[in-house]
Amino acid sequence: MNPTSDQHILIACGLNKTYTQRSGRFGFGNSKVKALDDVSVSLRAGSTLAVVGESGSGKSTLARCLLQLQPLDSGEVMFQGNNLAKLSGHALRQERRHLQMIFQDPFASLNPRMKVRDIVGEGLLIHEIGSPKEQLDQVVRMLERVGLKTADLNKYPHEFSGGQRQRIGIARALVLEPKVVVCDEPVSALDVSIQAQILLLLKSLQQEMALSYIFISHDLRVVRHIADDIAVMHKGKIVEQGRVTEIYAAPAQDYTRNLLNSIPGRKPLAA
Amino acid sequence: MKRALSNPLALSGFIIISMIFLLALFAPLIAPFDPDAIDVKAILLEPSSSHLMGTDGLGRDVFSRMLYGARISLLVGLVAVGIATFIGIILGAISGYYRGWVDVVIMRTVDVMLSIPTFFLILAVIAFLTPSIWNIMIVIGLTSWMGVTRLVRAEFLSLRSREFVMASETLGATDKRLIFKHLLPNSLTPVIVSSVLGVASAVLIESGLSFLGLGVQAPQASWGNILTDGKEYIQFAWWLSLFPGLAILITVLGYNLFGEGLRDVFDPRSSRNR
Repeated sequence: MNPTSDQHILIACGLNKTYTQRSGRFGFGNSKVKALDDVSVSLRAGSTLAVVGESGSGKSTLARCLLQLQPLDSGEVMFQGNNLAKLSGHALRQERRHLQMIFQDPFASLNPRMKVRDIVGEGLLIHEIGSPKEQLDQVVRMLERVGLKTADLNKYPHEFSGGQRQRIGIARALVLEPKVVVCDEPVSALDVSIQAQILLLLKSLQQEMALSYIFISHDLRVVRHIADDIAVMHKGKIVEQGRVTEIYAAPAQDYTRNLLNSIPGRKPLAA
Repeated sequence: MKRALSNPLALSGFIIISMIFLLALFAPLIAPFDPDAIDVKAILLEPSSSHLMGTDGLGRDVFSRMLYGARISLLVGLVAVGIATFIGIILGAISGYYRGWVDVVIMRTVDVMLSIPTFFLILAVIAFLTPSIWNIMIVIGLTSWMGVTRLVRAEFLSLRSREFVMASETLGATDKRLIFKHLLPNSLTPVIVSSVLGVASAVLIESGLSFLGLGVQAPQASWGNILTDGKEYIQFAWWLSLFPGLAILITVLGYNLFGEGLRDVFDPRSSRNR
């Protein structure tokens, strides 16, 4: 496992998020869905925290709320001494440089009308890091680091396979040298053989660049390979969290046990 | 563009429009006579080798007038649609990006505008202004931006939640960058299609206005007012009504074919033969 300290780099406290769903005639009779119900998670520097749960459990909402892509109803997200939930405009954009995201769908996460050099270089351009020449060098280095070629610079996303596109997405997120990367189901849209390659890439990048990951997934087999800590979500609540090894060996909650038992080819745990 | 022209519909529309454009562009070179020159010795002549489309009640050469009329029709079509598209994109983008009360205000305005029969609104407005080609273009433009607004808004709403837009936001992109780099370029395809189709209806509206005498004023030639001149003589001078009528028909058909073809190419769901 990675050398991890007990120092926390990102702490989210008491997050609440409710979606209002319009239903019934003329929008009367709104129903409310609690996507996040008093969720608290913390990420140790240099480690990987997996957030697992079935679809609809609120894990993607958690990812988006951590990055302030969706506004929170209440709660705070402490990162580098700032409460992200209170920041807005320029201050938030500055802070975002250190907090990046890798997305689930490699076909939807790249702008189809931009070349790879512009996609990967966008962050450098936005934060005005270095001259255009230095930015290009940086983009090339990053592409090579994720296993793509310099010749790919001027290609468009549709010329790549799913796995390659996901590598572009990773390069885009890491070119700003962030401290924390939120990975929202980064391999679930890929073939199993490609999944392993991407997971290995993420792991080696983590060690090289001292990254901390929040890894959203529904696939407990994947989580076991990459995570140090795990938080299990169910209906917007965190039902259990702790070290991966401990929870896989002895889950305390029935829900976690059911999740683990649903892994194909795994011996069922005794109740 | 290459892909667009491989579609037979789009290609035939494109050829028709290009030919009319060329004729209009080179009108001074092609036209055998001055379109406004009155020749009292050659009144209401049938089409012949010297007057390809005959002459009108004042002895003017109809073919020459048709060529210059094409300039008016194309100009009005393009400028009016240009104005409408410009307004539509701006309002649609604001509506779809910022949502909230701005969206409500803009969309209700669209509903109100759509509930007024456009042609009568234009008639009423033109009746107050001096009918001139510039007024017509502006008025048609100002009364036909609603479709584009709705399209752009819908595109923005759906693109806003796409992952590549969120990715850019995570990188720290400003609203301006999100709108102009990510949202707008990806929402233009349906706008192009609707604009091309919009030109066809603008051409029709201009012809209608000119026919009613509220459009392009004599002696300047327009397909609409050639038709008007022709209606007095329709019983014995068929060429005065047939040729402008055909020209309007072919132009509108050309734009519609081109627009439909582009739609098929850009939107695979609506294509029939794929």
